[in-house]
Amino acid sequence: MDGAPPPQWTALSPTLLTMRRTEIAVVGALLAAGAGVALGWVGSPVAAAAAVGAVALGSAAVWWFVRNRFRAWGYFERDEDLEVRRGVMVQRLSVVPYGRMQFVEITAGPVERLFGLATIKLHTAAAGSDARIPGLDPDEAARLRDRLAALGEAKAAGL
Amino acid sequence: MTAGDADAGWHHLHPLSPVVRLGRGLVPLVVLGALSSVRGGHAGGPQDLIWIALAGLGVVVGVIHWLVTRWAFDGATLRIETGLVRRDSQQLPVARIQAVDVVQPFGARVLGLAELRIRVAGAKSAHHLSYLAEPAATDLRARLLATHHGLDQSVPAPDEHPVEVVPTGRLLGSVLLSATTMGALVFVVALAVLSAVSTTAAAAVAGSLFVYLIGFGQGIWRRCNEQYGFTVAMAPDGIRVRRGLLSTVAETIPVRRVQAVRQIEPLLWRAFGWCRLEVDLAGVPGHDRSGGGGRGRVTKALLPVGPRESATTLRRVVIGAVEPAVAGAPRGARLKAPLSYHFLAAGHDRTMAVAVTGRVQKVTCWVPLEKAQSVRRVQGPVQRALHLATVHVDVAGKRAGASFRDRAVDEVDHLVEELASLSRGARRRLSVGPEPGTPGWFADPARRHQVRYWDSARWTDHVADDGVGAVDPL
Repeated sequence: MDGAPPPQWTALSPTLLTMRRTEIAVVGALLAAGAGVALGWVGSPVAAAAAVGAVALGSAAVWWFVRNRFRAWGYFERDEDLEVRRGVMVQRLSVVPYGRMQFVEITAGPVERLFGLATIKLHTAAAGSDARIPGLDPDEAARLRDRLAALGEAKAAGL
Repeated sequence: MTAGDADAGWHHLHPLSPVVRLGRGLVPLVVLGALSSVRGGHAGGPQDLIWIALAGLGVVVGVIHWLVTRWAFDGATLRIETGLVRRDSQQLPVARIQAVDVVQPFGARVLGLAELRIRVAGAKSAHHLSYLAEPAATDLRARLLATHHGLDQSVPAPDEHPVEVVPTGRLLGSVLLSATTMGALVFVVALAVLSAVSTTAAAAVAGSLFVYLIGFGQGIWRRCNEQYGFTVAMAPDGIRVRRGLLSTVAETIPVRRVQAVRQIEPLLWRAFGWCRLEVDLAGVPGHDRSGGGGRGRVTKALLPVGPRESATTLRRVVIGAVEPAVAGAPRGARLKAPLSYHFLAAGHDRTMAVAVTGRVQKVTCWVPLEKAQSVRRVQGPVQRALHLATVHVDVAGKRAGASFRDRAVDEVDHLVEELASLSRGARRRLSVGPEPGTPGWFADPARRHQVRYWDSARWTDHVADDGVGAVDPL
């Protein structure tokens, strides 16, 4: 399953992968500790060990999935439009012309802020247009936003 | 309110408007009251007093509302003032008017009144003048539109010529052949079978089924009521639709704001060669309720039911006589979509994308490429295994647009590029100018209006601003 985009595509910041992996590690550790302690308390240490093992296995699967998802995600600023591709199982490629952008939105949740990341989302008049780029350095996000806004204004077209 | 009212051109709404307003609110109130007193099994109890008090309150509120509401039109701005405690004054500049609809709910129609709905560019919802005497409403509508087009106020409303009338028989037939009716029929048949088996069980089920049947009946009634006497007419300012049995609606569909056209052919209608034609308009979903029916609908029926030829004629009026050739889906799609494979097809030319989907309900969707908001390629795991992918051409609105479903992968890869660049070209043509051979709305070369119609060889006299059209020779 090689989802890596071709070279001219911009990949996401590697910090995003670190962030996702940290999330998995923390959630997995909490789950494993909770399940282990609860089942150990009730009685069977074997069941506790099995539960911890299952959690570890699940975390490993998510770990692997997150890596592929991260690799598949990319964007490409072209002269007239922005291309965003993502997805491992269901692969999606969106081509959004700059002139069609209604507004650009930058969001950063608490965890994202902790890692110094931001998500940028392009909105068009169509609900289906799906152009979201997570895991950008705030500087890159701001640059992209300004560029998109400028291009959007220059190439704006009525409905 | 004061003596100066008449001098300033202020008018009150029709004195009977509280009656109509109240009538609409009163019906559910009376039904609820009757239901509760029937269930309670007594009359004259404290509950009845509550209902009477509520009705009395309604009367007072209605009369006060009528007293404090007034409107004036000075030739450039329509002003509406309302509100007792919080005074609300609306200024509607005529230049920004998008559409003026005359709506007559049943109560108003009986009393010879009509409601004027005015949609202004940028406003979230329509402004209402409810109610005026019907001639006054039509007269005000004509004056507003005439002023909007920069004509003298004495000029009569632009004439329209009818294109299509849906006969009542066909409308009834189409409603009877709908899925709703078939569902009700299945219920009744099931009930009959059940009663043959066991009477007690049937009696038990009948009670709950009855509620569903009322629902079905309401649905059927609503469709007949909304679409009775459906008339489509061409007018210089767009396509005019009149419809309604108890309450009538006259609305204008601005052709320039049409984002996509859909032709829907349900299974049961196909035997008669019938179809429905719908248009998607650019609007604010969830705010524009004037479509009638569902909340926030910006999809309007251009032809509720009619033969394919009529639908084709109407479609050509709306998006031009372009017929891109369509090609069926590759054989692999038979596995992915065994049912819809039969109709699955898509195609495009320089200006238009068209896609056919569905099996029980065949849906053909046309999207003018200059309206495309984005192009998407989506490929699921099953499609990947079969070397298929889907391309969506999105237009403004929710889930609107053409879907080139289950196309061959090698076709899809350059299809995305091609559609993106064609829609870019189409947009540029729209902003730059016309070319011989492609009719359409383009920027007005005279710069007096936003757009002017190019009939593929020369400029016509038809112009439009914010979707409201007019005739102004070049």
